Parts: sequence; C-alpha cells; structure tokens
Amino acid sequence: MAKQITRGNGDGTDSKRRVPIGERLAKVQGSPLWTSIFRPGSIFRKGYTDSPRNRSYVIMNSVLFHLHPVKVKRHAVKVSYTLCLGGLSFFLFIHLTVTGIFLMFFYRPTAAQAWNDIASLQTSVTFGLLVRNMHRWAAHLMVLSVFLHMARVFYHGAYKPPREFNWVIGIILLTLTLLLSFTGYLLPWDQLALWAVTVGTNMMGYTPVFGSQVRFVLLGGAEIGTDTLLRWYVLHVLMFPFFIVIFMAIHFWRVRKDGGISGPL
Amino acid sequence: MTEIPEHLLKRAQERRARLAGQAGGASSGEPGATESQASAEDGEKIPAHLLQRIAQAGGQGQPGAVATATPATAAPVAPSRPAAVGPAGHTQRLLTVVKAGSIQDVKATPGDKVHVWPHLLVVEFVAALAMTAFLLVFSMFVNAPLLGLANPNLTPNPSKAPWYFLGLQELLTMFHPMVAGVTIPGMGLIGLGAAGYIDKNPSQKPEDRKFAVSLLTVFMMFWATLVIIGSFFRGEGFNFIMPWEQGVHDIFDL
Repeated sequence: MAKQITRGNGDGTDSKRRVPIGERLAKVQGSPLWTSIFRPGSIFRKGYTDSPRNRSYVIMNSVLFHLHPVKVKRHAVKVSYTLCLGGLSFFLFIHLTVTGIFLMFFYRPTAAQAWNDIASLQTSVTFGLLVRNMHRWAAHLMVLSVFLHMARVFYHGAYKPPREFNWVIGIILLTLTLLLSFTGYLLPWDQLALWAVTVGTNMMGYTPVFGSQVRFVLLGGAEIGTDTLLRWYVLHVLMFPFFIVIFMAIHFWRVRKDGGISGPL
Repeated sequence: MTEIPEHLLKRAQERRARLAGQAGGASSGEPGATESQASAEDGEKIPAHLLQRIAQAGGQGQPGAVATATPATAAPVAPSRPAAVGPAGHTQRLLTVVKAGSIQDVKATPGDKVHVWPHLLVVEFVAALAMTAFLLVFSMFVNAPLLGLANPNLTPNPSKAPWYFLGLQELLTMFHPMVAGVTIPGMGLIGLGAAGYIDKNPSQKPEDRKFAVSLLTVFMMFWATLVIIGSFFRGEGFNFIMPWEQGVHDIFDL
C-alpha cells in the first residue's frame, strides 16, 4: 500500500543509494514528529487496514469526524430516510463560509465602492465571477435545504420528545439562515438589492410598538444608505455566522444527546 | 438513605423470627454452624476464622470496633454473642441497595447499529461531492444577478422582496402590514417551535398522526402557492398578471 505513493526526488541521487520508498516512508511515519501529529488509526500513520477497531479510530481520532458517534442506527445511514438534508445544509454553510471569505478580499461595504467592487470582482478577478455565483446559489440552496430539512423532520415526527428542544434550536437556525441570506442580499448594492431590502425592512417597520425604532436600528438611519450597508455587512459576515455556529454546535450535540436521529418509523 | 426493598426486609424479618425460635443457640460462638440452615441461600457469610481474627484484633469489650457490623435493623445487643456477630446472628448487614442502572446503564436492547465509517461517511462524502459538482456546474452557466447601481430615486415597478419573503409580501396585499409582516410570521415561527410541546401524540408513524401531517402539508402548500404567485404572477403595481404577459424575464434574478 505504501508503494502506491511513489514520489521520486528526481535529482538523480536516488539511483546511487537505492533506499526503497516504502522503507523511507515507514521511517517518516514512525518518527516522533509524525506520530505526534496523527492519532492512532489515522490513515497517515501506517496505512489503513479495515478492522472494527480502526473503524472506531477513524471517527474518534479525527476532529472533523468526531461530531459523529462511532456507530449509528442502521436506518440512520439510509439516504431515503434523511435525504441528507441536514448534512447538506451544514455543508452549504461551510461552502458559503469559504466562498464568502474569498469575496471579502475584494469588497468594501460603502455605498460609493460596493457596486464597483462587485463589478470589478466579476470582470478582473480570477474566478471572481464563478465564486460569486457559487456564493449566491449556495445561499439560495441553503435556505431551501434548511426548509426542506425542517419539513422532513416534521414528517418523521422527530420534533417530539425527547427532541422537542432540539426542534426549537432548529427553528432558530432556520431564522438565522433567513437573516443571513437577507443581510447578504443588500451587499451588491444594485437596484435588486436596494429595493428588495426596502420592501423587507418596511415590513419589519410594522412591528407593534417599536416598529419605527426597529427599522431605524436595522437601517442605521431613516433611509437605506451607506450606514445600512456597513451594518448589514457586519451582521452578514460576523454576527449572524457567529450565532449560527453556536446554535449549530448545540444542534449537533443535542442530536447525539437525544439518542441519535429519530426512527425507524 | 436508600429505601430498603420489601423483599429484603421480609427476608430479614423471617430470619429474625427463625433465630428467635432457636433461642440462644446462636450464642455458641460458631455462627457458621448455628446458621447452617439459613445460610444455604447466601454464600457471602464471613468465614469463621476471619471473624475470630477480627474479634481478637478488635478486643472483645469494644462495641465500637464492630460498629460496622451492627445491623441496621437494630435489636438489643446480646452480651453473650461474639463481637463480630450481629444481634440476630447476622455476620453482615445491608448498607445500601444499589439499583440496577444507577452505576452503569445496561441497555436492554443493543439495537441494530453500523459503523459510521465507512457507512455514513461515504454517504455524506458523496452527497457533499454531488452538491459541489452541481453548484460548480450551475455557477458556470448561470450568473448571479447584478443590476444597475442602487438608486434610491428610481423605484423599480414592481419592487419585490427576496423570494423567501414573497409569501409575506403577498400577504401584505390581503392584510394590514402589521398582521402580514409581523404577526403572521411571528406566530408561525413560535407555533412551529412549540410543536414539540403542543403535540402530545407520542407516535411517529404517519398513519397515527394524520392531523399533524396534513396540517403541515396544507401550511406548506399554502406558503408555496403564495411564493409562486409573488414570484411569477405579480406585475406592475404588484397587480396580478400572467407570467408571460410582460415577457419572460430572467427567473434567476433572485
């Protein structure tokens, strides 16, 4: 298995000493530095051999995978049951984070610069248009997948005890998703953004008692302007992601604490 | 202190009664012999030689040394008994009852489980890959909209909210803005969140929960209809039109 990774150094010194690659690799993999980085069971240690023990190690010794339990109910891995919607929502969030960070490098949230930045991102930044497109479509897909995930969970009766609190967390996540999408909507600062947000914030302005105050705080003024842009930018790239990550952590943790996903029906 | 289960109390009662019947036979100093009938069921009696050793080490005249061996079912201590033996001839007593499950939760049914790696991770990986591929290809062919620079003095007609708020905007044509924009979505979200506390039906089977299932279905169909009307059937002045009346514009302007 180690022989598959053949990386000659290409400078010709190889031919003189003739140390087999596998041997060299084994030496590296046995070194204290290497073993300090990769935990037992990692495929980077000694290759992966399939055994129940290693299957457990893969989950336990990976910071990414250990969100999962080592074992799950058999029906829980069926795509026909979950449709993967929760996982896809999370994956879209990661996708949006990565593409969003890219976009942040080329964007200034002021009324004078925002639209021009987007326009030049599309025309003069390598992959700028593609990444912006992906960010936009992933955002719409995330709204859709979070919504469908909610419907799936409802139809499976998974909002019932003992999962009733996690359902509440899920509703909060749905709200945060909508808020993230809506705050991002303004940022291109084009006619579509401006007027969609005008319609949206006018609706929020009808909040009983505090209506005009709510609208004022949201807009950072009486009208949508450069202050609104800065405000929504900070909400979009920092505050709502911060909150949604916290609630996602609680959501995933509670899935496990409440006994894994629901079912089988 | 933990409640002593009834059957243990009953057993103690029986034994006390039996020993009372034997009347002083237990004072011979050899508990193993005197209780041979009763000890058949419990093999955990302290062996006689150990008891003797305890008695010698602790000193016969000191009840404090054997305080741990004094039974909870306190009866007057007969002075003639060996120090290590309880008043009813017991050589042990019930300190506490540890209920099953209080130390280790033994699962009655192990259940049918599979390893997450590879069974779940592979599914997730494929799903993520398919999603990325779809997103990439879709983004290559369909550009995100970028209309002209925002102009507060030029109101487009119609002005529409993002598609997921178009249901609300549609409600605006029917109700007072406070009802349509705040009350209905607010109540909707709160009601949805409270579903787990309102719905007392414990079953998860769709056939047992026809009402809940139909309620959500009706709600979602209603909502989808509003969003579709708002997206495609609203023209100038937000008046109702057929989608083709004003020409088919870019449906991906969202």
